[in-house]
Amino acid sequence: MTAATPTAGAGPHSYLQEQIRWRWVEIAFWLATLTPFLLFPSYLQLASQIAITALFALSLDLILGYAGIVSLGHAAFFGLGAYAAGIVSKYGWGEPLSLLVIAAAVAGLAGYAMSFIIARFRHLALIMITLGLGLLVHEAANSASWLTGGADGLQGVKIWPLLETFKFDLYGRTAYAYSLVALFLAFLVARRLIHSPFGLSLRGIRENPVRMPAIGAPSRAHIRKIYTISAAMAGVAGALLAESTSTVSLEVLSFQRSADVLVILILGGAGRLYGGILGAIIYMVARDQFSGVNPQYWYFWIGLLLVAVVMFLPNGVLGGLAKLSASWRRKSS
Amino acid sequence: MAAQVVVTAPAVGTTKPVVDATMPVVDATLPILSTRGLDKSFGSLVVASGIDFALPQGVRYALIGPNGAGKTTLINLMTGMLRPDAGQIFLGEHEITSLRPAERVKRGLVRTFQINTLFPHLSALEAVTLAVCERRGDAGTWWRRLPAYRDAVDEAYGILSSLNLGHDCYRLTRELAYGQQRLLEIALALATRPKVLLLDEPAAGVPRDESPALFAAISGLSQDITVLFIEHDMGIVFRFASRIIVMVGGRVLVEGTPEEIAADARVREVYLGQKRHG
Repeated sequence: MTAATPTAGAGPHSYLQEQIRWRWVEIAFWLATLTPFLLFPSYLQLASQIAITALFALSLDLILGYAGIVSLGHAAFFGLGAYAAGIVSKYGWGEPLSLLVIAAAVAGLAGYAMSFIIARFRHLALIMITLGLGLLVHEAANSASWLTGGADGLQGVKIWPLLETFKFDLYGRTAYAYSLVALFLAFLVARRLIHSPFGLSLRGIRENPVRMPAIGAPSRAHIRKIYTISAAMAGVAGALLAESTSTVSLEVLSFQRSADVLVILILGGAGRLYGGILGAIIYMVARDQFSGVNPQYWYFWIGLLLVAVVMFLPNGVLGGLAKLSASWRRKSS
Repeated sequence: MAAQVVVTAPAVGTTKPVVDATMPVVDATLPILSTRGLDKSFGSLVVASGIDFALPQGVRYALIGPNGAGKTTLINLMTGMLRPDAGQIFLGEHEITSLRPAERVKRGLVRTFQINTLFPHLSALEAVTLAVCERRGDAGTWWRRLPAYRDAVDEAYGILSSLNLGHDCYRLTRELAYGQQRLLEIALALATRPKVLLLDEPAAGVPRDESPALFAAISGLSQDITVLFIEHDMGIVFRFASRIIVMVGGRVLVEGTPEEIAADARVREVYLGQKRHG
């Protein structure tokens, strides 16, 4: 969405306005997210899982796609949010919306604490550190079985009906509507953020971390801030999963989940806001279909898909689409 | 510090810069940027040794010397990208030796880079707006849209226009012509409102016939900005510098007006065979 349109003449203000304008494709996309209610009512459960994963991928996009911070341990925050919501509900408070706030606070606080380490490193070191932190949180949850239920999962999660009215039904109607609204609101926040001066600074850090201090930018403070916001958002995604499924297992903190969300974001295209959402749709629908065909070897196809995308679409599916539309526009003008 | 002032200050009044004759004599009592006994070595390689100098405000200084003389190292030391082994750095009367690079920029000591150090996928306008927002302290705000900062955008556009980049400022940095990228280097530095601007070979890689235009832009900068530039083309140096520092082997060999430098026997010796001037 940040593709430059070198059409001068109208002045700097309208140029910047043009950069952040809502495109009709965006509006069409969000309208299309409502179609599962009508066209695929039996897939609403899957649709809500996709919306939750998309929100998780969006949170990763904020740090990876915009600030260039690689993470292989982002599930730590997703899982913290899930456990926070699950544990609080187990002990008697199951109001879904306030649980989201609690989850965001817990994950955000953890993210803020970790950000002091994160802001000091880049590239390979960052991969190792986030991987290590992710494993650390996973094992901590595993050993604290008195609190988390350990490998058996958290027992006794009890979520109240949404707004005291809508129960989380078997078909996923409430779950999908709820996750979709949450995703859309988080998306609005993310969209505003990346179009703000702060978002511009993040892109500066991604584009050239050496130049940033030379223009007087406090890069580390910026990184700490976005990492905290991203962690809180991941925590909300985790809480949504806990609420819509009424279970929390150790899987929410697993390395697999961290790796999956990274794959999803790269598949869709990092640094484009919609990349994580599109990636989640492709990845999870593919998983659903492939695992139906062959439940044991579906990762084979995911692997093939990933290699193909990286080889032919280095900027993800959205990157490929943007290139296509740019060349089409050039031809037609 | 007083001892250094004596070394540099008297010469200022008698300088006859080719380009500009409006030197602020009043401020010459206090150098805007000075160093005292700067040492730096990488293992056994000494890249800076006992460097003392003082820049009076508003001068256009050239820093010259053969390759490996330690010119870029000196800029790295002054801007905090390298830590000196010994010595002190002062901006005005404040010691800045232990400040981080970004903090030095906030206080007005700003550099550009010999090799383009830009933001490839930001448009020129976005890049300069970013620098303006960072200076104004707006860069931490994430809930307001960028276009709402009309005056920051206007300022960025004004800087770009003053460097003849107004027309192309909507292009991505990586799509700009090389010479335009060199100008964008300077535009980014100007957006921080520097007191002292250190230009590391601003014309590096620019075709020889285009570099006078680039230096004309530099010499057209406000006299409130003190400029130190590294440059190898002696024609350019003698045309645009009001004073010259010659470095050799990590040391300051001599410092003076272009006339003094041109007449200096030691400098002739260093540049024997490579002299392009006169």
